[in-house]
Amino acid sequence: MSTHTEHAVNSKTEATKYLITLVGLLILTGITVGASYINFGSGNIVIALTIATIKASIVGLIFMHLLHDKPVNAVIAVAGFIFLGIFLMFDFLDVDSRTNPQPTNLHAPPAAAAPATAGAPAAAGTPAGAGDAKKE
Amino acid sequence: MEQQFDTSKIGMWLFLVTEVLTFGGLFAGFGLMQNKYPQEFVGAHEELKRWAGSTNTVVLLVSSFTAVMAVLAARTNQGKKAAIYLWITVGFGAVFMCIKAYEYMSDFQEGLFPGKYYSHHGDLIVGSHGYATFFSFYFMMTGLHGLHVLIGMCLMSWLAIRARRGDFSDKYYTPVDLVALFWHLVDMIWIYLFPLYYLIT
Repeated sequence: MSTHTEHAVNSKTEATKYLITLVGLLILTGITVGASYINFGSGNIVIALTIATIKASIVGLIFMHLLHDKPVNAVIAVAGFIFLGIFLMFDFLDVDSRTNPQPTNLHAPPAAAAPATAGAPAAAGTPAGAGDAKKE
Repeated sequence: MEQQFDTSKIGMWLFLVTEVLTFGGLFAGFGLMQNKYPQEFVGAHEELKRWAGSTNTVVLLVSSFTAVMAVLAARTNQGKKAAIYLWITVGFGAVFMCIKAYEYMSDFQEGLFPGKYYSHHGDLIVGSHGYATFFSFYFMMTGLHGLHVLIGMCLMSWLAIRARRGDFSDKYYTPVDLVALFWHLVDMIWIYLFPLYYLIT
């Protein structure tokens, strides 16, 4: 960490910095709550998560000292979030790329077959043309 | 000493990353289920008290501020001031838990239980598992988060006693710094929990 003299000098300015950070975080919270009452359609979730990420970054950089700390801590933190991002990305790629697993034409054969099989014995004496059409 | 401090801090950050990934898995599950039951999730979130969630967000943010002030006091040889800030942080943690407990109690009274115990009446889509799924995730994630708050409160109380005793100085304040990091992470998780549970539309 930093030297002792630095501590003594920075105590007041550090406290002010933390206070400003807190006010900023509270304002962002107000914006999130306010924005949730307005309907932006699918934009609501984007706004909410963007503001949450900004807030989390501020907490990480200022309150958790990542901004002025040894870079190794920031590397660990950022790596953690990158891996979380990869995890979530593949999850949602999967969900988004999924189509209805049931083929859309699956309903057709049973519906067509049912009257055909039911109709076949009853209509035994129908013209040959109907039978030919069924084979095709 | 400085090397010991740095090493402890790296260890703490590694632990925090595992915490992020733990909650990340739960968030992923929540996202997938929201994708599956979009209407049910919107309906279910209306049952949550937005004022309680907002108040708790403010409480945790302010407690994060008092936690970082405790670190500042500890590392500038102001042990008594650090103890006071730590107790204030514990107090905010207690306020958070009380509001959470109140929310849980009123949820239970309305039959908003997780999973198969869900017995709420008057849902828009009758017979859907979506509502119970929402509350399974809600109680799992806020419960796990609440457990973290409780652990944080215990650690902070222990540190407040030690700070009062004069254990910490500019030469040694590692425990205060690390517990504050933990507390900030708990705050950070709530920053994501709050909009996803209380504000989704």
